[in-house]
Amino acid sequence: MFWDKKIETLKTDDLQALQLKRLKKTISQAQKVGFFKKRLSDAGITASSIKTLDDIQKIPFTKKQDLREGYPFGFFAVPLKEIVRIHTTSGTTGKPTVVGYTKKDLDVWADLIARNMTMVGVGKEDIFQNMVNYGMFTGGLGFHYGAEKIGMTVIPSATGNTKRQIEMIRDFGVTTIHCTPSYAMHLSEVAEEMGESLDSLKTGIFGAEPWSESVRHSLEKRLGVTAFDSYGLSELFGPGVAFECKERNGLHIWHDSYLVEIIDPNTGERVSDGERGELVVTPLVKEAMPLLRYRTGDVTMLIEDGCLCKRAQKIARITGRSDDMLVIRGINVFPSQIEHVLLKIPEVGNQFMVYIDRINYLDEMTVEVEINRDFFSGELTDLAKIQKKVGKELRDSLELRTTVRLVEPGSLPRFEGKAKRVIDRREVI
Amino acid sequence: MDTKKYVIRQISIFSENRPGRLAAIAHALGEEKINILAFSIAEANGFGVVRALVDHPEKAHDKLLSLGFNIAFTDVIAVHMKDQPGGLYEVAKILGDAGINIEYSYAYSGKEGAVLILRVDLVEDAIKKIKNSGATLLERSVFH
Repeated sequence: MFWDKKIETLKTDDLQALQLKRLKKTISQAQKVGFFKKRLSDAGITASSIKTLDDIQKIPFTKKQDLREGYPFGFFAVPLKEIVRIHTTSGTTGKPTVVGYTKKDLDVWADLIARNMTMVGVGKEDIFQNMVNYGMFTGGLGFHYGAEKIGMTVIPSATGNTKRQIEMIRDFGVTTIHCTPSYAMHLSEVAEEMGESLDSLKTGIFGAEPWSESVRHSLEKRLGVTAFDSYGLSELFGPGVAFECKERNGLHIWHDSYLVEIIDPNTGERVSDGERGELVVTPLVKEAMPLLRYRTGDVTMLIEDGCLCKRAQKIARITGRSDDMLVIRGINVFPSQIEHVLLKIPEVGNQFMVYIDRINYLDEMTVEVEINRDFFSGELTDLAKIQKKVGKELRDSLELRTTVRLVEPGSLPRFEGKAKRVIDRREVI
Repeated sequence: MDTKKYVIRQISIFSENRPGRLAAIAHALGEEKINILAFSIAEANGFGVVRALVDHPEKAHDKLLSLGFNIAFTDVIAVHMKDQPGGLYEVAKILGDAGINIEYSYAYSGKEGAVLILRVDLVEDAIKKIKNSGATLLERSVFH
């Protein structure tokens, strides 16, 4: 099943011609952003100096850090009155990255989600429960509008209250769910405890964190769904950038909308198809916030073999990060954000360690921090207050519940050179 | 009334709740020939505070600090209790009636008989009330 068969199955030549045309347009659009205007003029590039798709390699990369420096609206290429929606995503040092959408952007984005949903075989007849955050996170509203576009019956259940989620699945006859794979595991456990078999479920769409084939097997078995991997990031609209088709052997990335490069994260050079590297994307259809050669930090590769479904070249499922970003319960966390929070709290030191565990299929983050000598009164209650304060500050900044452990001054490891402050004890899923 | 002589300096040591921490503290005090007269551990959420009355608080403070421990002094008082049923009630009632809150407390039974160590919110008031009620407060010189 296709949502837009013509564009989804364009012949290579036609696709490349379209990509080149859209790339030039994107460069013109990017020149409306001060950051890119300067970047491009420093590199001596105009839209007309891009003659072939390979010429894109002359353009410098854009990093998440660059976007942060544009906080809040520095990367908008249109006046604010043209922006109809704002989402944010975690930044590297406290401030979030802001992404904006024009009306057209929202249409294009919903259309991409519509392609994905249609590709996995859901449509008008299906009842869809969208169990992700509906706030600043792009996964909620992104899927919502895409699912409505293809005529699904949408239940915007958002997150939390797992029992209620299960009751709705049962009572409303939900056929399709979207959530993080770890939440899906949790959901399946709670359903089991409640004695609910969730017979109506057929399709599970899981994304926002990497997950393995073994998790796929257990989710399919426990929930009775066919499980599909969904990939996206807020900087590229949100979810819907790439998606598995029914073959479920790699993700179709929408080449008419996203120009894909895979690079060696250390050298910046392109790697061959079939070789792993960092995914670099130039979105070709974004109006409010064009980006050039955006480094996603996600590690994947271009798959050489074609697909039975006749859509274009796939990327492999994401296997990790090329930077230190953590994905905890679907939320992006940089260790530098934690440092930033701790720096503002005089009662504790600046050294810290982060431990990540998966308990009952949910990610749990523990931060160890040293108590500051000068703030030790000798009273247990004062220590408990400090512990609570650190937990609250971390929660406010990361939007993530954290367990805080106070440790003795000088007891945490000091690092020379690259610090290894994060110990991820989650089993490789 | 000179209340100062009844104010006793307790040492409070921050400690993570993990094996060997108490041994490290006790070893350091032993090395300095410091005697522990009364002692308790309070625990919360992965960490705790070791509280002790010692014969040489300053020396204990300096030694533990030099070893990297986080240590503070806390003012407490010590009340003599009757070592018999109802002994604790008598003392607790005096403070309760006077509206003085006990933040924490621990007890020991030694050569002076049964002694209750109290950390209260209003130290001076507590000393006065206890004295006036006829109960016996132990002077600081008993300890250090």
